[in-house]
Amino acid sequence: MIAEGAGRKLRPLNGFISRGFRGRRRTPEELADRLPPGQYSETGFPVLTAGPTPDISTDEWSFRIDGMVGQEHEWTWEEFHKLPFEQIPCDIHCVTKWSKLGTTFGGVSMDVLLEEVEPLDAFAMFYSYGGYTTNLTIEDITGGKAWVVTEHEGEPLPRQHGGPARMLVPGLYFWKSAKWVQGMRVMDHDEPGFWESNGYHNHGDPWKEQRYWTD
Amino acid sequence: MDRLIESPVTPVEQRAPGRWQIGTVTSIKTETPHVKSFRIELPMWVPHLPGQHYDVRLTAPDGYRAQRSYSIASSPLDEGEIELTIDRLEDGEVSPYFHDVVVEGDQVEVRGPFTSYFVWRGEKPVLLVGGGSGVVPLMAILRHRRRTMPDLPMRLVYSVRQADDVIYADELRGDAVLTFTREPPADWSGHRGRIDPELIAGAGIDDDGIAFVCGSNGFVEAASEMLLGLGYEPQRIRTERFGPTG
Repeated sequence: MIAEGAGRKLRPLNGFISRGFRGRRRTPEELADRLPPGQYSETGFPVLTAGPTPDISTDEWSFRIDGMVGQEHEWTWEEFHKLPFEQIPCDIHCVTKWSKLGTTFGGVSMDVLLEEVEPLDAFAMFYSYGGYTTNLTIEDITGGKAWVVTEHEGEPLPRQHGGPARMLVPGLYFWKSAKWVQGMRVMDHDEPGFWESNGYHNHGDPWKEQRYWTD
Repeated sequence: MDRLIESPVTPVEQRAPGRWQIGTVTSIKTETPHVKSFRIELPMWVPHLPGQHYDVRLTAPDGYRAQRSYSIASSPLDEGEIELTIDRLEDGEVSPYFHDVVVEGDQVEVRGPFTSYFVWRGEKPVLLVGGGSGVVPLMAILRHRRRTMPDLPMRLVYSVRQADDVIYADELRGDAVLTFTREPPADWSGHRGRIDPELIAGAGIDDDGIAFVCGSNGFVEAASEMLLGLGYEPQRIRTERFGPTG
C-alpha cells in the first residue's frame, strides 16, 4: 500500500508546505490515476452510518419506484432476482477520504429498473429503511452508472454495508449509494437528501472534490 | 448559500466555513501515550457546533498531499481557536505527522467546521457514549454544556482499554462513568469490561433524551444496539464511526 510515486504533482496554489512532511502512504503508480484528489487508498471497507444499523429481512424487503413516472413499480426480493443480474467491478470513494480500489458488487442496473417505470422528470430521491434519503438526478443514474446491489465480492451484502440491498453509484461519493435502499421517487425538482441537508455537497463528484456545501 | 459565500467582497466571505486556511499551533498537550491535543489559532475562525469536524491537509515539497478529518474537542466559546485531539495511528500518515513532527508555533492547513448531524444544539437530556478516541467530539459537547448550561442533564459513558488510555482524565470529574476493558487502575472499584446496559442505566439519563455514540465501528454497533434495547428510539441515537483511517 505504501509506495513512492503517486499523488498529484500539483504545486500548492498558496505555496504552503507542511514543514517536515514527506508522505508515507503514497499510492502505487499504477493505481494513482484512479485516486481522486484528497483521497487515500484503503484496503478495508470502513462503515459510515448516521444511526443504528437497520435489520431488514429479505422477506420484508422490496424496492419501489414511484412519483413522476409512467407506471409505478415495486419488486419483491424474489421478483428482483429474476431481473438481469450483473457483476460490477468498480472503485468507490467515501467523502471521509478513503477510497477502495478494485472491488466488485453484484446487482441490477437502474437502466433495467427504469425501463419498467418510464421516468417523466429529471430528479430522484432515494430513500432507505431507517429513514435515510439522498438525491440524485436521472442523468446520474442512467447509462450504466447506478445499480441496486445485493452482493459484494460474490457474497450476500453484509447488513452493516447496507444489506440486503443498497445503491451503488460509484461515480459519486459513497454517501449517494444509499444503504438499506427501499425505493426511489422521481420528482420534478431537486431537493437535498439527508447528508445534502447536513453539510455535504448536493452533487458529490469526487473528481471535482465536491465534498461540502461550499466546494 | 453557495452564492452568498462566493460573492467576492462581503465580510461574510471571510468568516464562511469551508475555506482552506493556515492556522498556528499554539499549544500541544499529551493526553495519553498515543493521543495529543493541539490548540490551533485560526485567522478565519467561525463558531462551530459541538460535534463538528475540521479537515486537515498536509502538503509535501513535491506537491503530494494527504487529507484527514478530525473532530473538534473544544467549545465554540473558545474564540479564534480550535482544539483537535489526534490519536496516533501506527500505519497512518497524518496522525503520525502531528505526533512526531508538529511543535508549538508550527503552521497547519485546515478547513471547517463541517457537517451538522452529529452535533448538539441544546437538546436534553443527553447521553454521551464514547469508546477510545471516540470521546473527542463528545468532549466538545460536554465542555460546551459546562460553560453554557451546567445544570442540563448530560452524562458521558466512556469505555477505554487501560488506565493510561483515558483522554481528558483530569477534566471528566463527576460527568463521566468509566469502564476499563483490559487493565483498570490499581485502585479501581468501578465497572470493568465492555459497556453493558447496567453501566448505561447507572449514568442516570432518561431514555427520552438523545444519545450520541462515537467510537470504532464495532463499539458503535454494540452500543447503539444496547440503547435500542433500553428503549431509545432509533432517531434519537446519533452515531459517528471511525474505521481504519489515519
